[in-house]
Amino acid sequence: MSSLTDVFEVGSELPAVERKPARQPKPPRGRLLWLRLTAAIVIAVVMAFPLYWMLLTAFSTRADLYAPGLHLWPRHLTIDNFVQPFQAFPVWRWFGNSLFITVVTTVITVICNLLAGYAFAKLRFRGRNALFLVLLSTMMIPPQAIIVPQFKLSVGLGLYGSLWSVILPESAVIFGVFLARQFFIAIPDELVEAARVDGAGQLRAFWSVVLPLCKPLLAVLILLTFMGEWNAFGWPLVALSGDQDQFTLPIGIVADLQGQYTSNYGAIMAINLLMILPIVILFLAFQKYFVEGLARSGLK
Amino acid sequence: MTTHPLRVPAPRKARTPFRIRATTSLAASGFLLPNVILLALFTLFPLVYAFVISFQSLDSLGWTTWAGFGNYVTMFTDPVFWQSMANTGVFTLFTVPVGMALGLAIAVLLNGVLPGRAVFRSIIFLPLVVSGVATGVLGAWMFDQNNGFIDKMLQAVGLPSIDWQSNGAWALTAIILVTLWQRVGFDMLIYLAGLQGVDPAVQEAARVDGASGWQSFRYITLPLLGPSTFFLLIMNLIYSFQVFDTVWAMTRGGPGYSTTTIVSYAYRLAFDESGPSLLGYGAAVGVVIYLITLAVTAVQWRLNTRRELAEQGM
Repeated sequence: MSSLTDVFEVGSELPAVERKPARQPKPPRGRLLWLRLTAAIVIAVVMAFPLYWMLLTAFSTRADLYAPGLHLWPRHLTIDNFVQPFQAFPVWRWFGNSLFITVVTTVITVICNLLAGYAFAKLRFRGRNALFLVLLSTMMIPPQAIIVPQFKLSVGLGLYGSLWSVILPESAVIFGVFLARQFFIAIPDELVEAARVDGAGQLRAFWSVVLPLCKPLLAVLILLTFMGEWNAFGWPLVALSGDQDQFTLPIGIVADLQGQYTSNYGAIMAINLLMILPIVILFLAFQKYFVEGLARSGLK
Repeated sequence: MTTHPLRVPAPRKARTPFRIRATTSLAASGFLLPNVILLALFTLFPLVYAFVISFQSLDSLGWTTWAGFGNYVTMFTDPVFWQSMANTGVFTLFTVPVGMALGLAIAVLLNGVLPGRAVFRSIIFLPLVVSGVATGVLGAWMFDQNNGFIDKMLQAVGLPSIDWQSNGAWALTAIILVTLWQRVGFDMLIYLAGLQGVDPAVQEAARVDGASGWQSFRYITLPLLGPSTFFLLIMNLIYSFQVFDTVWAMTRGGPGYSTTTIVSYAYRLAFDESGPSLLGYGAAVGVVIYLITLAVTAVQWRLNTRRELAEQGM
């Protein structure tokens, strides 16, 4: 539990103003503390409840779900909801497609972002700042605004109908370059120069001298990209429309499961649970990096 | 990497061996090429192409005819376009300020001395890693008007049930509530990071001078959180304006068009409603989404510059 508790002390991860222990506000007196604790518990229960309800629904029998009255705990547990949709839909395919798309996109994105971030931080070349600004401006383009031309482009390039029609456009991102650049700037130039004078090539200096110092950057980039891709919906919905065998989990749930199992919420919640579980486990294991990555984005 | 203007230019350069300088540009292009190609091909080019397509009529056979400003004229006289703009406005108006206020309140609560506060923070943050689709599907079940939890709970405490799915206004309310649930953790996180930068000594001094708890919060803490508020406002505005996956998974924009936001309308037009025959019109709506995002960012730029000048006393 200690990792869970330390990690959310956001301030300790960030270059915030140092607090002197003597200046801490005095601990509130008994009644106030109880009041605040009660408020916190109420909020936590409200926030956690929908996820509990999803879990409960996934393991409940159909009869229980549609029985009148409110029941807050399971009466008859069943795993039917997990069996049924696996028989009716290619759920394992969807899971595999999601995994393939997410892993390949993450690999491509992270490598491209690291290389470009390094070039912008450490290599001096003409037009560096101008190019960086142009690329940075793509962050303002809402993905939905270019969905029609991307569709036409994907058809034109012959990608449409394959998983690559999702992977390649989704790999074109600048946020990671921005994050990587900030990180590399903090690494002393002398270190790179020393490696270069010792005869290392640019790529080698980057790979064996700089990169080993950037593990937190690597973790943040991989986690945020992985989470973003696993959850991606808008573009995959357009790029994969039609062929059921090519769906990812989110598309399968919305296009097939919701359409045909309109009222079978047990099955829908079961697959929903299957979809969020990898990300929730990833979050619980690496929340320090998730939180750091997101909090960093709030600090200019 | 700032160089002093009066310093003799670049003594370091002289020490850098020629071989290294000569290969730097070459290496830079190698390092940049993969990312630049991807961005140029799949983001920059489509942006330009979107403007072109928005002036065309594309039909399902692939025939292209020039429409001039036809798509834009259609848009301005299209009641569904205006309804989806209004829906997006209402959605934004309720999710952004309410979400930020809740996030701030929770951040203040969890910033103080409290047993197990890290666990509370994790729980409040958790919905953020759940995808928009998962949230939408879950929301559709929670707000199901026959067997959903919310209506069963309302009945259990003796309140009338609400037709969340067949009544447009209630459907939009349900989407707003679900979005607040998912997004409040982000507001909390950024405000927590901001609160770490507020020196408690300043508040203590105000207390000594006789300020009440509320006054010291209102006149000291809140202004010091300005940068966090500003960042959240812009991020949330852009997010709310572009909401799609939660809406689509929860209501498909229905009943009718009552929960159709501007992005889901663009999607419906281009890929869902009448086949690919409305690709040009869909692209035109996309261009408008881009222009509004650009305007929000430009306003941010101006206000931010002004705020920084004000802080420097200019």
